[in-house]
Amino acid sequence: MKTGKGARAGQYLALLAYLVFLAFPFLWLLSTAFKPPRELSSLHPTWIPKDPTLANFRQAFDEQPLLDAALNSLVAAVGAAVIAVLIATPMAYVMARHRTRLAKAATGWVVVSQAFPFVLLIIPLFLVLKNLRLINSVPGLITVYVVWALPFALWMLVGYVRAVPAELEEAAAVDGAGKARTLVSITAPLLAPGIVATGLFAFISAWNEFFFALVLLKTPEKQTLPVVLTHFLGAEGAVELGPLAAAAFLATLPSLVIFAIIQKRITGGMLAGAVKS
Amino acid sequence: MTLATATKRSTKRAPHGGGPGRAVDHGAWFLVLPALIPILILSVGPLLYGIALAFTDSQSGRTEPTEWIGTLNFQDLLHDTLFWDSFRIGLLWAVGVTVPQFLLALGLSLLLNQNLRFRWLARALAIIPWAMPEVVVGIMWRLVYNADAGILNETIRDLGLGDGRDWLSGLATALPAVIVVGVWAGMPQTTVALLAGLQNTPRELHEAAAMDGAGAWRRFRTVTWPALKPVALAITALNFIWNFNSFALVYVLTNGGPGGRTRLPMLFAYEEAFRYGQFGYAAAMGCVMVAVISVVLAVFLVGRLRGGEDA
Repeated sequence: MKTGKGARAGQYLALLAYLVFLAFPFLWLLSTAFKPPRELSSLHPTWIPKDPTLANFRQAFDEQPLLDAALNSLVAAVGAAVIAVLIATPMAYVMARHRTRLAKAATGWVVVSQAFPFVLLIIPLFLVLKNLRLINSVPGLITVYVVWALPFALWMLVGYVRAVPAELEEAAAVDGAGKARTLVSITAPLLAPGIVATGLFAFISAWNEFFFALVLLKTPEKQTLPVVLTHFLGAEGAVELGPLAAAAFLATLPSLVIFAIIQKRITGGMLAGAVKS
Repeated sequence: MTLATATKRSTKRAPHGGGPGRAVDHGAWFLVLPALIPILILSVGPLLYGIALAFTDSQSGRTEPTEWIGTLNFQDLLHDTLFWDSFRIGLLWAVGVTVPQFLLALGLSLLLNQNLRFRWLARALAIIPWAMPEVVVGIMWRLVYNADAGILNETIRDLGLGDGRDWLSGLATALPAVIVVGVWAGMPQTTVALLAGLQNTPRELHEAAAMDGAGAWRRFRTVTWPALKPVALAITALNFIWNFNSFALVYVLTNGGPGGRTRLPMLFAYEEAFRYGQFGYAAAMGCVMVAVISVVLAVFLVGRLRGGEDA
């Protein structure tokens, strides 16, 4: 197919517009993070800081317990990701390989759970966790995150399992390998990249999550990064913008790095779950 | 977006022999239970409990026992003009975000499906909104919209278009301003889904249509769109649900202000439940939200599917 010169130019112009729209807020965040207070209160802000400084980062750590918050986020996200993957993988395997009523019901739950507003889930969970004394605790948050990550983890993992040919397992069975042995030595290695990608995706989701953390974590020393970040918004003034931008940038880094690594697998997995095998 | 048709599998499961067949089923339960139990106890159970709460006078920190009050919460909701204002804003927001999200993502995915240079850059940049915590997206756009130190007003001043304004606290500008952020934040997922749909469209058909002298628009209408439609419908429906239930972005950007102009239903229900402790009433709001979403989606999907048959 030939595309005319004018059409090509138009396409590049459109692509450029998209690039600018996607990139400029992030560039502005970076720019703000490295600006000294004087430039932040100037009426004519510039894209590139005239006098770049790291003071905002230092001040951010002084003002809010960012390290504690990062640690809480890390524990919550790793805990949720590991548990979610551990319990979702076997179930996804069954859902993918056996067309049972249970598998259909589970698929239905995956879809329906997307439609429910979180407020309808968190009020009862809040009451239950309160009775178990798990409010304002990271284990309580992990519990909620596991349940919240399960639909997506199942969705992705079912796609990955389908991508492993059942013929391979059947061949192993013919060769006399037991079911367990087949799963461990044939299926698991082929599934491993998908399991890792799912786990990392669950990690990012939990690392970024805000609503449940806001409801469940009350004291600052228990709170995760997104909740602590909102404390910077408390008293807004030009002076606060720098540390706010610096902290926000730091909180994003882990997600960005991990996402860059697994992006291809994630999109593949989402679609493998959605599109027919 | 139903899961794949596994009919192929079911025919292939037969040659396992009589013995292992039953053992597989026991094994299957063993594999399913670790996930099934948490799902039942922590998701299905609470959702039913949440719906039940809507019919009680449950409140936070109350000593008297909670009682069934029938549909009293719903009757109160019916006369709660603040809630319906919030609901109207929620629908405006959900439609206002979902539609541009889809159109912009469609444009971008069509571009990325072309053989253009710098495609990789667009793909890389598209990661940013997707991977970012919503709270950070909100903070970032607050910096962009900032009245004095924000880049938007500075650009407006540079172009000589006036002094700019305080976007997020202006009564007229707050909702459009947060909608732009919503569109920005949700575009990547939609783009990726549509791009995958595009890559499934048969290339030969495209070339054949071009050979027959069909223009770009005709080719899109007759070849691309029919193949893309299932993905487009699914992602739009999901986007609508996610957007209607959105919370963190607007919480950070405006916290529902100014004067409730951006108070989405989720923000309203959150305040009702966790600031005022009205669990029963907030649960009733949640129920109404589910009901309305279901109706809107049903109408949308039925309408679209029927529209497809006419075309």
